[in-house]
Amino acid sequence: MTSSNHSGAHGAVIADTVAEGADDGAIVELRGAGKSYGNIRALHGVSLTVRPGRVTCVLGDNGAGKSTLIKIVSGLHQHTEGEFLVDGLPVRFSTPREALDKGIATVYQDLATVPLMPVWRNFFLGSEMTKGSGPLRRLDIGRMKKTADEELRNMGIVLDDLEQPIGTLSGGQRQCVAIARAVYFGARVLILDEPTAALGVKQSGVVLKYIAAARDRGLGVIFITHNPHHAYMVGDHFSVLRLGTMELTASRDRVSLEELTNHMAGGAELAALKHELSQVRGVDVDLLPEEKDLTAPVAAPGEGKS
Amino acid sequence: MSMTRHAEPAVGTPPAPGRKESDGRTTQRPLALRLLARPEVGVFLGAVAVYVFFLISAPPVREGSAMANILYQSSTIGIMALPVALLMIGGEFDLSAGVAVIASALTASMLSYQLTMNVWVGVVVALLVSLGIGFFNGWMVVRTGLPSFLITLGTFLILQGVNLAVTKLVTTNVATDDISNMDGFGQAKKIFASSFEVGGVQVKITIVYWLVFAALATWVLLRTRYGNWIFAVGGNKESARAVGVPVTFTKISLFMLVGFGAWFVGMHQLFTFNTVQSGEGVGQELIYISAAVIGGCLLTGGAGSAIGPVFGAFMFGMVQQGIVYAGWNPDWFKAFLGVMLLGAVLINLWVSRTATRR
Repeated sequence: MTSSNHSGAHGAVIADTVAEGADDGAIVELRGAGKSYGNIRALHGVSLTVRPGRVTCVLGDNGAGKSTLIKIVSGLHQHTEGEFLVDGLPVRFSTPREALDKGIATVYQDLATVPLMPVWRNFFLGSEMTKGSGPLRRLDIGRMKKTADEELRNMGIVLDDLEQPIGTLSGGQRQCVAIARAVYFGARVLILDEPTAALGVKQSGVVLKYIAAARDRGLGVIFITHNPHHAYMVGDHFSVLRLGTMELTASRDRVSLEELTNHMAGGAELAALKHELSQVRGVDVDLLPEEKDLTAPVAAPGEGKS
Repeated sequence: MSMTRHAEPAVGTPPAPGRKESDGRTTQRPLALRLLARPEVGVFLGAVAVYVFFLISAPPVREGSAMANILYQSSTIGIMALPVALLMIGGEFDLSAGVAVIASALTASMLSYQLTMNVWVGVVVALLVSLGIGFFNGWMVVRTGLPSFLITLGTFLILQGVNLAVTKLVTTNVATDDISNMDGFGQAKKIFASSFEVGGVQVKITIVYWLVFAALATWVLLRTRYGNWIFAVGGNKESARAVGVPVTFTKISLFMLVGFGAWFVGMHQLFTFNTVQSGEGVGQELIYISAAVIGGCLLTGGAGSAIGPVFGAFMFGMVQQGIVYAGWNPDWFKAFLGVMLLGAVLINLWVSRTATRR
């Protein structure tokens, strides 16, 4: 578990005590994992632990390697270095189906929904409930609607009409249906690929609520985002990626929102974020550190932002 | 809003599960508007309008035998319009559907006649050939990822040429020889091209097949997993694949279903006329596609029904026969079709915009 520490070039790696006892209940674990595409090293030395009932946030700017990381975990790509363990056993997925069979479900940005189809049909698409046999085998529509309604309500989503095309729902609602679907179909680990990226403030709040609900139902959640504010609201553990390596990995009690934002924003942008930050945290803006205080621990001078 | 304002994270706040009341943001639109928003209802009203128009302008239409004729004409279009519509809902279309009918009939006819075999041999081989053409279309579309327009345009041209050339090569004529004296002809004719009497009116059996197939297609579309998959692969192929829908199987089988339809209609033509004109069928594919579109199937896939194309085909059959009964020049048929197609599409657009507005 120490492989993350040698990314010292970016400095400020905070010691991670939670990840030390690696095997206690971790569903998914990456140890020094990395991925090279030919001679391009997209990801290197990444360690990550996902535990049931915990939200692991992966933050990073565009091109930091977030997508590569989830592609490894969800079975779309294979890691080229380090270890990838599920339930303590090393694995190497060749298709997303294998990851799904292990209970690792991914909710992609495009949500894998068919806009013109009703909500309940989308919910069960590909895993439809049927009754009867032989040529009379048919959809069990009543049971599917009832189940979909119950599952959505369990996640706190109330829809008037499950017959409405899912395309008529708002982005946040669709995201929530996709999450509820993954939960229902036995996901133990939920990978959410920037679920709040295209959403407004209120919509993001709704999605964050469902992430918390999924966590409370005992799922391990990997929450990919580039918004430290969203991450800090639900996260138990934070990993910041930068240029393909871990810049920071810390549990919630070891890192503050300021530090997280600092690592994400790379200092220079932070001054601009002060205004936004004050609203979220409800603290006096004057108490926030100035730009010159923040740049020091982040990156060597001249490195610039990614 | 509260989520974003508090300094404390949302740890340990479950989202109030089990609320049973509705969220109150949606209200039911009036029943009439909801009905009008369904394209099948639109095309039904269109069909009624065309029917009434010819009832007034062409008095012979009022007779029972005329109605049987109109329905027969509709059924020959309608049987093919069904699989074409399903394929369109599945996000593809098939330009070779018209000539594929003739290809199937030619295969059965020439094979039986030239080898002097029981016609059933030809019928079975024709079925295999038709399913094979469908499979080829589907396989090419799935494997290459090219638009089905291009692939089936290729098949269309190939079949059109092969139909003529092979027929001339084998029979030294553009039509096949009469097979009505062959073994099994009477039997096959009974199945594919017979008629029965209802209240003194001769009713062609294809009308029964048409309605049975339509009912079957409706059931499959709305009540089976396969139907669910058709909507899914047409609506969003990538999403369907991601949730485990067998996209390749669904698409290829839909093309093969069109092959089956082509075989069925081809057999009907063969056993009705005893001989096949090898140059026919060109342009029919557009009639089938138009019937499906008028019936409310979305050209881009993902939406539609099986009942809509039934009314679409009825409109076409009505116009085709109605023009004859009214004593007009049959050349007007195509012009009529074009007007109906444009009219239906525009009305559907207008209706769905007004009726779905909350």
